[in-house]
Amino acid sequence: MPHHQLIVVGGGLAGLRAAIEAKAAGLDVAVLSQVHPGRSHSGAAQGGINAALANHPEGRDDTPEKHAFDTVKGSDYLADQDAAIQMCSDAPGVIFEMEHWGCPFSRYEDGRIAQRPFGGAGFPRTCYGADKTGHYLLHTLVERAYERRVTMYVEVFVVDLVVDDGRCRGVVAYDMVRGGFHAFTADAVVIATGGAGRLYGNTTNAIISTGGGAAIAYRAGVPVKDMEFIQFHPTGLRTTNILMTEGARGEGGYLINGEGERFMARYAPKAMELAPRDITARAIQTEINEGRGIDGKDYVYLDLRHLGAEKINERLPGIRDLAIHFEGVDPVEEPIPIVPSQHYTMGGIDTDVDGRTVMPGLYAAGECACVSVHGANRLGGNSLLETIVFGRRAGAAAAADINGGGAGGGDPAAAARAAVAAVERRVAELADRGRDGEDPYAVRAEMTSVTKEHFGIFREEGQMREGLARLERLKERCARLGLRTTGKVFNLDLMRTLELEGMVDLSLCVARGALARTESRGSHARTDYPQRDDANWLKHTLAWHTPDGPRLEYKPVTLGPFEPQERKY
Amino acid sequence: MPEVRFHIRRFDPERDAPGTARYDDFVVPYEESLTVLEGLFYIQEHLDGSLSFRYCCRAAVCGSCAMYINGRYRLACQTNVRHLHSDVVTVEPLPHMPLVKDLVCDMDDFFAKYEYVQPWLQRFTPPPEREIPQAPEERRKLDMPIDCILCGACYSSCPSVWTDPEYLGPAALLKAYRFEVDSRDEAGRERLPRWDNEHGVYRCHTITNCVEACPKELNPTEGIQWLKMAAVRRRLFGRKK
Repeated sequence: MPHHQLIVVGGGLAGLRAAIEAKAAGLDVAVLSQVHPGRSHSGAAQGGINAALANHPEGRDDTPEKHAFDTVKGSDYLADQDAAIQMCSDAPGVIFEMEHWGCPFSRYEDGRIAQRPFGGAGFPRTCYGADKTGHYLLHTLVERAYERRVTMYVEVFVVDLVVDDGRCRGVVAYDMVRGGFHAFTADAVVIATGGAGRLYGNTTNAIISTGGGAAIAYRAGVPVKDMEFIQFHPTGLRTTNILMTEGARGEGGYLINGEGERFMARYAPKAMELAPRDITARAIQTEINEGRGIDGKDYVYLDLRHLGAEKINERLPGIRDLAIHFEGVDPVEEPIPIVPSQHYTMGGIDTDVDGRTVMPGLYAAGECACVSVHGANRLGGNSLLETIVFGRRAGAAAAADINGGGAGGGDPAAAARAAVAAVERRVAELADRGRDGEDPYAVRAEMTSVTKEHFGIFREEGQMREGLARLERLKERCARLGLRTTGKVFNLDLMRTLELEGMVDLSLCVARGALARTESRGSHARTDYPQRDDANWLKHTLAWHTPDGPRLEYKPVTLGPFEPQERKY
Repeated sequence: MPEVRFHIRRFDPERDAPGTARYDDFVVPYEESLTVLEGLFYIQEHLDGSLSFRYCCRAAVCGSCAMYINGRYRLACQTNVRHLHSDVVTVEPLPHMPLVKDLVCDMDDFFAKYEYVQPWLQRFTPPPEREIPQAPEERRKLDMPIDCILCGACYSSCPSVWTDPEYLGPAALLKAYRFEVDSRDEAGRERLPRWDNEHGVYRCHTITNCVEACPKELNPTEGIQWLKMAAVRRRLFGRKK
């Protein structure tokens, strides 16, 4: 069975950055990814990546400390302040490094990296490459991974961890091209599988953003943190929920309701369209709920027409293409119909600032992890930053632990063989039930509708209790799932059936966490508890896996220089 | 309820001999916003779980779902069935590529050639403390090639690739062009022998199928002709521009 010192699960920005860092420390590193790394969901990011470079003419006084303050205030004070400060101080260095590696950022006349305003930021500090920043960053890291000769196993779908004597020693994966389940052993494993947007039926996320890595770690006994905090992006395309970047508003775009008003004046009179995402998404949903959507319907407009064709073509060419192809609307001529759409999983595998989890040998970074730097609401431009900063730190920490003898040791082969056998038994049971078992796509469809309807932008006890009960019934149905397709090669039915129970598990963590948290904070807005309650709830939720569903625990937020105060924009 | 018929080429390595052309038909409920990718998912979930295809972002940026749809190269996610103006949606894998299964083709050669051109920024001077300055007009030269999503449509469409298996093809050469025109890159001379040969730029006979095939509306042919001129300039004058 293949063995590498470090296995990285996921080939997006966080995973590649971790792999490159560990490789530089002399490790034998392999990346396992279910798609070619250049196809990872990181590439769909548009607007930019935050760093206090002070390049923008109006941003000369910007500093990492001010970036950290904005991040903490944006998080509704749930971010750990040491982690936010760490991320913001690492930011300029990692941006320059990405530039040195070839990332084609947009530029000012004097040749420096251009920056644009973004929501909730005190200064224009979002570095960008047109509106395709994620694509450019991702391809830069893919190129660097090839240059560094990082081993890549492409189209390998990880389904479980190999745990030996309490230590993570590898993974079990389905080889999509050749078929079969195989163990890949390692001294340590970094999980970097991205977010869980596909728990929701109305997400901007890629189809592969199913929370796989987080679900696998959770089932193996590692807690997930703050899962109730789900970000809704204010502007997804009405028909498909495809992302329309916050950069569109950063460049001056308006939000317009059915009465032709720039309604943000009522919700964030100073910041207007550049209020943080939680506030802006709630404002749009309130307009819609109160009948002020376009023609009284369930959407509003993102209007870019006043920016003019030249600026749209230079700064927002990708947005224009997406609106034309997927909504049939040219933003130069017409306003874009948009709806708030699930966008980001603030919660994830509980880690420290170096990606370490409670399980020795297991690390996590990027959207699948929760350090926490985003707390209850992430600022736009901070997720790309998180992937690179914490991917790098996790790779360095894993390398230090392996080189220092703190990970690995002994022979994991027996544990690996047992883990493969367990997966094969599970698949055999699914296949035995076949068409007599539960239809995985019916379970999936109901789950994505329950999350959307019962754990959306506004939440309330009765509605959530009903949603939780439905999710619990879905979890019971997961025990009887049937697998209808038994082919060895590129068996989508197999992959989508295997990942489903993990998705229901994470949905239950969202539901239980949301129901328990009797306050409103950041993205978690309860109509029955509309106020933030620092006395009781300035703390992180930890969800541990048990046979009876998630068991909740809490741990304190790490405070620091920024005193919690009311958020006004 | 309105319906549309999907006519899909199938290939199962566990039962079909290589080169077999077998088609299955499926009836899919039609709605105005239906994309080809959504149709494939409907089939996989409800009609035939064994159907295989690649997918990821469903927003035309990851390059997974390039296919041959009603006789043209398209991304399945970006193709609205309504725009095909046809009752039948014929879906085939990228032509002239070895098959893995159904609509999934083998991209190994494609990525080997990508890697061969050394598609990473190379410099010999140590990096400055901050960014390497790049003027906006220099940066604009990158606009076209950096939008490549490595979907393989151009590579599959190129007759020079069909007839010379060693030809690097439009995507890899577009990547070579991307670094050749980057004002920050210093390895043009070192990379030159990789594409300045009979399996490199000179195998491009400006047929421009790649331009027509590209779902991102890029122009690999233009990049390749630019490389031919760059090769001549380097040979005559020994410098980059």
